[in-house]
Amino acid sequence: MYEGPVQDLIDELGRLPGVGPKSAQRIAFHLLAADPADIGKLQDALQKVKDGVVFCDVCGNVSAETTCRICRDPRRDPSVVCVVEEPKDVLAVERTREFKGRYHVLGGALDPLSGVGPDQLRIRQLLTRMSTRTDGQDITEIIIATDPNTEGEATATYLVRMLRDFPGLAVTRLASGLPMGGDLEFADELTLGRALSGRRSM
Amino acid sequence: MYVRHLQVSDFRSWEHADLVLEPGVTVLVGQNGQGKTNLVEAIGYVATLGSHRVATDAPLVRQGCPRAVVRTAVVNEGRELLVELEITPGRANRARINRGPVPRPRDVLGVLRTVLFAPEDLALVRGDPGERRRFLDEVLTSRAPRYAGVRSDYERVLKQRGALLKSAGAARRGGRPADLSTLDVWDGHLAAHGAELLAGRLDLVADLAPHIAAAYAEVAPESRPARVLYRSTLGGSQPEGVGVPGGPRADREVLEDALLAELNRVRPQELERGVSLVGPHRDDLDLALGELPAKGYASHGESWSFALALRLGAYELLRADGTEPVLVLDDVFAELDRRRRAQLAKVASGAEQVLITAAVAEDVPEELSGARFEVHGGEVRRV
Repeated sequence: MYEGPVQDLIDELGRLPGVGPKSAQRIAFHLLAADPADIGKLQDALQKVKDGVVFCDVCGNVSAETTCRICRDPRRDPSVVCVVEEPKDVLAVERTREFKGRYHVLGGALDPLSGVGPDQLRIRQLLTRMSTRTDGQDITEIIIATDPNTEGEATATYLVRMLRDFPGLAVTRLASGLPMGGDLEFADELTLGRALSGRRSM
Repeated sequence: MYVRHLQVSDFRSWEHADLVLEPGVTVLVGQNGQGKTNLVEAIGYVATLGSHRVATDAPLVRQGCPRAVVRTAVVNEGRELLVELEITPGRANRARINRGPVPRPRDVLGVLRTVLFAPEDLALVRGDPGERRRFLDEVLTSRAPRYAGVRSDYERVLKQRGALLKSAGAARRGGRPADLSTLDVWDGHLAAHGAELLAGRLDLVADLAPHIAAAYAEVAPESRPARVLYRSTLGGSQPEGVGVPGGPRADREVLEDALLAELNRVRPQELERGVSLVGPHRDDLDLALGELPAKGYASHGESWSFALALRLGAYELLRADGTEPVLVLDDVFAELDRRRRAQLAKVASGAEQVLITAAVAEDVPEELSGARFEVHGGEVRRV
């Protein structure tokens, strides 16, 4: 245990995800030795993240304005919407540079253990979004890209149920299966089993 | 297969232990409390990622140490694999195969297969249904490691669904409308994973039953015939003949539909009690001698014989599948009478590798002579 402010800082840092007690200690002492100007910059950034960041009215992604960059972009196809759990998942899909549609961020997945039900997620907003036209276009395809774990799969199933009454809407789920560049022999049975059941004809 | 080398650090009472083993019989002899069982427990842990004595990992780590390490070199059909496990209570364990890390510890399942018989196994006959479910799942995972994943998925869904039932029940009692829109979703997932686990267990029992009956007849020829029967929460809607030797194989989709229908039927009770009442987590393996259930009716000797028959049946089944598991007999000879000792010795002497622990060397039948280690005062020495 250190005294006073240093220990407070270590405790606060240690509560961040992915930061253990040792890392927290390292960061704390790094900050202690850092240039006051750098600390000021960090302080500003922290302050701004709470005050300056808003969530996009349309998709729920983190944004600097009321509508995010992707929802404002006329080159992005408004008829295809990719539904993800977190803003960081938007970034992951964006990195592929394959997807030219738009997003909808749920803000999590169904997780009764943590008290998260459909009302805590942005599902109602998705349904409202379905019934309004964007740039004169209807949404014709929803791609469900929730995590391939228990909670993500349950969320996907729930969304499919909610969306099946929209006429002419295609609802798809991201394929799950073998990683590229991997070896078939090292794939675990669950992944390989899923890849088998989701196989496509060539 | 056999274990060629076992090394443990900070595991149970052992700061460090190093044993070079051979195929055939190995007997670990030592006074009580010297740590014989801890050594075979380590081998069992590598095979099942669980201990036969405790449900959590914390007791496995030597007092005051952050983690325990178990290293085993396993030889299977002439090829050697090195499996290393680092056990850190409260954190995810880490595993390596041939010095290469694997993404999840459960990827080491299947490298080493063991059948372990210990005094605790009396609970298989006399204990709660949970003991018998654990036995079935252990054998299931030994046969097809995939089921470790199926089981953990099922348990995750079960937990989530339980949380939902509890909050929905509380809302109802408070006069608020319960949000049941997502319960259907969890029902669907529970039925899907549950059906897979159930199908696996039913087929396993169908395959296992004849081996258990034969083993019991050998161990206790004077007793009534032993029967095992899987009893699921499906009751009357369980498909006819499934889970019985010679019957049809279990159909996952049929079971899934049956589970869903049953879930629908009991939903009011589930909401009232806030627990999941249908699914393989509430099933049992019925053990019977003649017409009577073993639990409550079998004598002490018969209960022991039945527990032994369950383990030997599993051993014979794994053997029939084509892999020779390592047989571990932990402190059991002292508990058995002369004729059961002789029967067990007969089976054990045919095994590729048998590891035996005993407090007194004289308890071990003469047919089972082989390498002998003395365990005393934190040291293990070959004699």
